[in-house]
Amino acid sequence: MAWRIVVGLKGNVKDARGERILREIREHLNINLHSVRTLDVYTVDSVLSEDEVKQAAAGPFSDPVIQEYAINQPLASGFDMLIEVGFRPGVTDNTGRTAKEAIQYLTGRQFVADEAVYTSTQYLFTGLTDKIIAEKIAADFLANGLIQHWTTLSADELDPLVGVSITVPKVVSDTAPTVRTLSLELTDKELLDISRQGMLALNLEEMHKIKRHIADSKVVTERQKVGLGAELTDVELETLAQTWSEHCKHKIFSAKIEYEDENGNLQIIDSLFKTYIVGATEKVRENLGKDDYCLSVFKDNAGVIEFNTDWSVVFKVETHNSPSALDPYGGALTGIVGVNRDGMGTGMGARLIFNTDVFCFASPFLEKELPPRLLHPRRIFDGVVEGVEHGGNKSGIPTINGSIVFDERFVGKPLVYCGTASLMPRMLHGEPCHEKSVLVGDHIVMTGGLIGKDGIHGATFSSEELHEGSPVTAVQIGDPITQRKMFDFLIIARDRGLYNSITDNGAGGLSSSVGEMAEDTGGLELHLDRAPLKYPGLQPWEILISEAQERMTLAVPEDKLEEFISLATEMDVEATDLGTFTDSGYFHCLYEGKTVSYLSMDFVHEGVPQMVIPAKWELKELFEPDFEQPENLGKELKQLLSRLNICSKESVVRRYDHEVQAGTVIKPLMGVANDGPSDAAVYRPLLDSFEGVVVSHGICPNYSDIDTYHMMACAIDEGLRNYVAVGGNIDHVAGLDNFCWCDPVESEKTPDGRHKAAQLVRANQALYDYCVAYGVPLISGKDSMKNDYQIAGTKISIPPTVLFSVIGKIADARKAVSMDVKRAGDLVYLLGTTTDELGGSEYYAQHGELGSQVPQVDAEPALLRYRTLNQAQQQNIVASCHDLSDGGLGVALAESAFAGGFGIQIELSYLDAEQAIREDKLLFSESQSRLLVTIPAKNKDTFEALFSGQSCRCIGQVIEQSNLIINGLHGQSLVHETLEHLKQAWQAPLREM
Amino acid sequence: MVKTVKAIVISGNGTNCEREVAHACRLAGADTDIVHIAELLAGRVNLNDYHFLNLAGGFLDGDDLGSAKAGANRLLHARVAGDSVAQTQSLADQLKEFIAAGKLVMGVCNGFQLLVKMGLLPAIDGGFQQTCTLTNNEGGRFENRWSWLRIDPESPCVYTRGLNGLYLPVRHGEGKFVTDSPKTLQQLEKLHLTVMKYADCDLHPTMDFPDNPNGSQGSIAGICDPTGRLFGLMPHPEAYTHRTHHPRWTRETLPEEGMGLLLYRNAVGFIEKELL
Repeated sequence: MAWRIVVGLKGNVKDARGERILREIREHLNINLHSVRTLDVYTVDSVLSEDEVKQAAAGPFSDPVIQEYAINQPLASGFDMLIEVGFRPGVTDNTGRTAKEAIQYLTGRQFVADEAVYTSTQYLFTGLTDKIIAEKIAADFLANGLIQHWTTLSADELDPLVGVSITVPKVVSDTAPTVRTLSLELTDKELLDISRQGMLALNLEEMHKIKRHIADSKVVTERQKVGLGAELTDVELETLAQTWSEHCKHKIFSAKIEYEDENGNLQIIDSLFKTYIVGATEKVRENLGKDDYCLSVFKDNAGVIEFNTDWSVVFKVETHNSPSALDPYGGALTGIVGVNRDGMGTGMGARLIFNTDVFCFASPFLEKELPPRLLHPRRIFDGVVEGVEHGGNKSGIPTINGSIVFDERFVGKPLVYCGTASLMPRMLHGEPCHEKSVLVGDHIVMTGGLIGKDGIHGATFSSEELHEGSPVTAVQIGDPITQRKMFDFLIIARDRGLYNSITDNGAGGLSSSVGEMAEDTGGLELHLDRAPLKYPGLQPWEILISEAQERMTLAVPEDKLEEFISLATEMDVEATDLGTFTDSGYFHCLYEGKTVSYLSMDFVHEGVPQMVIPAKWELKELFEPDFEQPENLGKELKQLLSRLNICSKESVVRRYDHEVQAGTVIKPLMGVANDGPSDAAVYRPLLDSFEGVVVSHGICPNYSDIDTYHMMACAIDEGLRNYVAVGGNIDHVAGLDNFCWCDPVESEKTPDGRHKAAQLVRANQALYDYCVAYGVPLISGKDSMKNDYQIAGTKISIPPTVLFSVIGKIADARKAVSMDVKRAGDLVYLLGTTTDELGGSEYYAQHGELGSQVPQVDAEPALLRYRTLNQAQQQNIVASCHDLSDGGLGVALAESAFAGGFGIQIELSYLDAEQAIREDKLLFSESQSRLLVTIPAKNKDTFEALFSGQSCRCIGQVIEQSNLIINGLHGQSLVHETLEHLKQAWQAPLREM
Repeated sequence: MVKTVKAIVISGNGTNCEREVAHACRLAGADTDIVHIAELLAGRVNLNDYHFLNLAGGFLDGDDLGSAKAGANRLLHARVAGDSVAQTQSLADQLKEFIAAGKLVMGVCNGFQLLVKMGLLPAIDGGFQQTCTLTNNEGGRFENRWSWLRIDPESPCVYTRGLNGLYLPVRHGEGKFVTDSPKTLQQLEKLHLTVMKYADCDLHPTMDFPDNPNGSQGSIAGICDPTGRLFGLMPHPEAYTHRTHHPRWTRETLPEEGMGLLLYRNAVGFIEKELL
């Protein structure tokens, strides 16, 4: 029988969780209630004695100092309404798993196969009597109907003897495992129906290619030898759909693009990826020659560069947009623990050292009616932040760099970028650690979590826009602890030389991981029935493509298999031998000894036809706005500081552990009150060395509305400028590009596809041009190409967005520079020229304008400037350095001043500006490659000598008085604001989030 | 051969800070091993071969049943495998032996939560009886920020000897210290077991957020047992062993060595004097 244990706080103990929920219900739903109390419920479906259940309740399940418990009876009293929220069957229940383990330790007995503990939460409300409102609170705030169910009871409906009746959300399946076969001798419409209904995301050309392949007489003969017929099995079709998905194959970046520029010139681009991304890196590496520090680019789960003679740094950034749109918490959590596996799955495996995260949301204060299936951006914000918090903090990985970008179009699809850096030895057992290869005969071993129906069709789902039928199984919840235990195990296994190769199970599950590894040997034999399952009832094809989390696939040589498995068992990590890597030339899957898939490796990996995408760039007619210069620029500045894209994100940063592992030298928040916004992070991965990793990023989707070429150039420059601001070495740096686009393929759904494709081409052209100009190799990246929402008549497309992440090195972290001014009397310099470039700026947006003069990057002087700044930093003559980005000089001055606790006085007339520009434009222009530097007065001559011949102007000084004083072009007072007011404006908007 | 202080840091099941704790122990002069709990449970490593046990920060079992609850349950009930003598032992038995020998135990953050929930702190009357707890922060949120800490100079705590105040980071969601009764709190104060209190920058204990980041009763940030040898604290001393750990190192003149290291130096010094 099942037991129900309810645990709650004693009457006199404050319920912080309940109070937070009360507050959030008021903020999210505008509903005022008296009080909320919360209870934890454990439904224990196991054969236990009453005494054992009591021990569990009194021991691990409750805290005797502050909690009380009840068994099979209610604990709730003194409430008006009760809502209990639990997981739907099959959804990952981490607390349930821990509770089960706790009982096992307590009783000394293991649970049998279908025994389990399920958790749920009871919310007890006073001041809530209306059932309809209760339902709304449950559906719109407490629960996510995709993964959770709830029960709502008013006080008089609760049975006083037994409480809420016991429900056991066990997965029940009576379907026997079967393999279906399909004939593809069908009409085009029927072929497309199969693709659409099966969530396969295969287009007609691809369906035809498969149809032709399977009908080939030689193929038929080979298939007959292993007992298959002329029809395709569902296992095979699903394998092809996963492997050929946009998500896995990057078909748009590999497509042939017919690009017509604004002058009607036609250019054929054979793969954007090869031409611009790989092309740029090859060129940069060629230019670096013997100084090339790239070790592994594009070919693995993450990129690898040299750190020093003994260690290398691994970096990868992923997006997890579609899952985060459906379940923000689970989506973001899975995003972070997923990208963690990329680091562990690179080369022979690496130790994770830090995370980065960048989100793009609509305003959490949005007050519009939302189209169906979209969650309110406030809910997305809260869920994503909590997901990354749990993913990062629980895994013991500091989150040290990130940002949040706001634009109303992200209501259609939020962007959730998660990055992870890791550290690996340069050499492992005499071989480069960043290389690996599977040998014929190696065992296919899966470690970590078990396989369930979670995450089925994640890869194909994210290859489509969010639509009515988007599957709920695409939603998963990560389990950082199971993964942490696996990583602890894998590092030991790596150092003992127990495997030849490793990769993670991400999109496409085993079909992708095993399929890719088998390219080393040219074949595989995978026994799907041997895979460990969360619950029975999975079909063979589901086992193959499930994206259930926390799993890695390894190639373990025969003579190490026993040692590998026994180490895993001892460290309480799942590890199962699923078959072998072969040289058969076939992707061969079996179920209970019978062949269920027999596809040639060539066809699986090389068979996908190349797309052809038309692209046409037309200049839009855009104009500069014509509003008068506002009277009060101090007020303008304060409004800018309060804009969501500029204001403080401290409430989010404090929720992320950014110091675990004790390596964070430049933290996200620095300054006299520990609250100024750092440009980048500096991190010391080796506790006995002062060498540092520097990480930063650039992202500016607001410029895409004018020209994606300059958007891309500005993102690269912003990333590098942030990087050098803290002291990152511009000559030892790498970039990662993460493209998030709206569908750029012209179709009935996307009539403006040519334009969007042209925007994509232009961004890639800039990526090539500027990476080559700056000498920055790209080492890894990712694209997410279907960030649209389309239901009924509503279509929302995100602005084309590229996150450009930057990683590199500082030789001595003790020479890092923070952005806060340090002392009165220091001189204030502006490096770089200011021009009339406010197109797409925050200042124009504040006035409801877009403008046309988007900032453009002049790489040559910028690179010289960054190199020279590095020299000044090496000589320890710089007191502070802050980059100019959103809001331009005005915002940078305010931030540096209030972070440092000293005022600044400057003269606008001292600026290096090319022509006569209006004062407000000088102050808020977003011209690129500019940095605000303060230095002690005694270093004046040395500093100016270093920058001789460059754009470098002393524009004022740091003052004792706590004011920001900006004098205009005629020496008149333009801005005179107290630091307190400026800081207040900057901190207020998101303080309570 | 000169005898050396041997320190152990237990890892596994969601422990996260083992590397920096081990580094701090080594900087303080201890010969330090990071040992995965599987090694202890397999009986290959015995706690009693060490002098200084470190329970590091992290999220044991995800803190899924409340911070360190499942971890405490494991230590209390998991059996150590191996030879016939060890077969009767649980890890808790080993730990009792270790404590009875007068050796040192320091729990930081999740390690402090673990000691409290196993009933090893404050252990005023001895024995495994839980009388205090660490629960959700008053604000209901995880907090990463630096805190001033006032040290009780009359405390028997061997780790804080000679110290008045410290500045260390806190990084937790469940750090609010609560006792089972006002009497327990009074006793703790009377015996000077409330070693460490959240304070303002003038080192006056405070209940005000954010100087007191979690709303702890009596502003308590760390406590010891009556012997002063068992010590637990929410702030992270291992996260301030060098000046570049300090959030204002780019603007203040600071000693090269971070304040957190002083606790480890005191521990190693005590062992050298009393236990070697």
